[in-house]
Amino acid sequence: MSVLVLVEHDGKNVRDPTLPAVTAAAKLGEVHALVAGSNVGPVGDEAAKIAGVSKVLVADAAHLDHELAEEIAPVAAKLMDGYDAFVVPATTTGKNIAPRVAALLDVMQVSDVLSVEGPDTFTRPIYAGNAIATVKSNDSKKVLTVRTTAFDKAARDGGSASVEKVDAGQPAGLSTFVGLEASESERPELTSAGVIVSGGRAFGSSEDFHKLLDPLADKLGAAVGASRAAVDAGYAPNDYQVGQTGKIVAPNVYIAIGISGAIQHLAGMKDSKVIVAINKDEEAPIFQVADIGLVGDLFKIVPELTEKL
Amino acid sequence: MKLLVAVKRVIDFNVKPRVKMDGSGVDLANVKMSMNPFDEIAVEEAIRLKEKGVATEIVAVSIGPAKAQETLRTALAMGADRAILVQTDAEVEPLAVAKILARIADEEKPDIIVLGKQAIDDDNNATGQMLAALLGWPQGTFASKVEAEGGKLKVTREVDGGLETEELNIPAIVTTDLRLNEPRYASLPNIMKAKSKPLATKTPDDLGVDIKRRLETVKVSEPPKRQAGIKVGSVDELVDKLKALGVAK
Repeated sequence: MSVLVLVEHDGKNVRDPTLPAVTAAAKLGEVHALVAGSNVGPVGDEAAKIAGVSKVLVADAAHLDHELAEEIAPVAAKLMDGYDAFVVPATTTGKNIAPRVAALLDVMQVSDVLSVEGPDTFTRPIYAGNAIATVKSNDSKKVLTVRTTAFDKAARDGGSASVEKVDAGQPAGLSTFVGLEASESERPELTSAGVIVSGGRAFGSSEDFHKLLDPLADKLGAAVGASRAAVDAGYAPNDYQVGQTGKIVAPNVYIAIGISGAIQHLAGMKDSKVIVAINKDEEAPIFQVADIGLVGDLFKIVPELTEKL
Repeated sequence: MKLLVAVKRVIDFNVKPRVKMDGSGVDLANVKMSMNPFDEIAVEEAIRLKEKGVATEIVAVSIGPAKAQETLRTALAMGADRAILVQTDAEVEPLAVAKILARIADEEKPDIIVLGKQAIDDDNNATGQMLAALLGWPQGTFASKVEAEGGKLKVTREVDGGLETEELNIPAIVTTDLRLNEPRYASLPNIMKAKSKPLATKTPDDLGVDIKRRLETVKVSEPPKRQAGIKVGSVDELVDKLKALGVAK
């Protein structure tokens, strides 16, 4: 089977979520990688070094800048003539593009793949991860988005793939990129961090959220996450959200502070290796999944913890 | 402008889903069902666009069993003008839903179609993007802000790195994220009024769409369960545990 992986990049470098997608794709067959963008020659060269990739296709044109789904999807769909499967990391970029490619191919996508059980059989979470479905795709081609925490990262080096330019197509001209308001942070990225400290509504204000959590995160070299309630209340920006509809994380240690543990939140973090919960309500559902729990007032515990670490 | 809003009847978000003993799926017998929360946000956004004078008519569409009429009545009570139910007892996949909606779009000729970004039952996050592909329209997915300006649609999107803004030609697809708006509750008079708003019923066959599933469910199982661990009594004990895990020195 031949598989095409869409490389996620920022215009300069291959982004991390590409690597587990390559691992998942390698379980299906020979892996080629598609780099689509504007002036992405260096990204193509970097992708060629990923272990397990045997060929890199580079579609380079101004209209492919910013990974607009309307522009990338037709390019990918056309290339799929020569492939059996299209594999994309289940990031916001991948989730935006993959279904558009699938529909162009008249294929039903398999979303958020957790494991590859066979050439056409996969497991995926449904109902916020409260059930795992094993599905068999009867389409002749497969389109998969891959949960990045469910597969090991392919090595960034060790490969020596050939690089080939491919037709970048004509601009669709349906949409224009206006801007990105990026969250600036010196901390590790949420989806690849080894340790995450995550805060909930119990912090009561944006000020306390940051005043208490940021120093703790800095002490631990951790990323900062948040529950939906905390994001909705404006304590933290949207890209901090961990959960069913936010980011899916699986760090070595996840420290949930003032988070009660709604099923939608648990869906995003219950695959963490160790879960630590700090909550004043000892009946909070978060304690049912926590390996280590501490019942008490976060306004006292967090500063003390930060100081003693 | 005319707006089409797609709504799905799903398990209520407060209900904890239970996997059936025989592994055939999730038990939905006698379970509270509601409008998919993201679709409520979609209906609310359509109503706000109408209130701002951007839109003149809102048509709500649902694909599902006869009981999905209740979901459509909710949309009508919130403020949609009329509704279409594409009735089927089959479980319809996003690709087939997108095909049905594309046929309805051919008939209704909306300027904007608003959908929830994902349904909280199958969690696919695919229908809006697929519909956009089938219609050849632009897609503003995971929207946290929607503004109509100078014949275009400016959509701010919740992406992994922050907030991205795109400008879309109209007609366009918008899929909603959580923070786009806070949906209103329908008032009692509006619930009463909704009962007399038009609701048309069709079938996938009427629209000439094949809804045969492409993905076969082999089985549905419970996820591996986490066991509750220990509780520590003090910050000092917690610090010791964290040190033992190697995350603190």
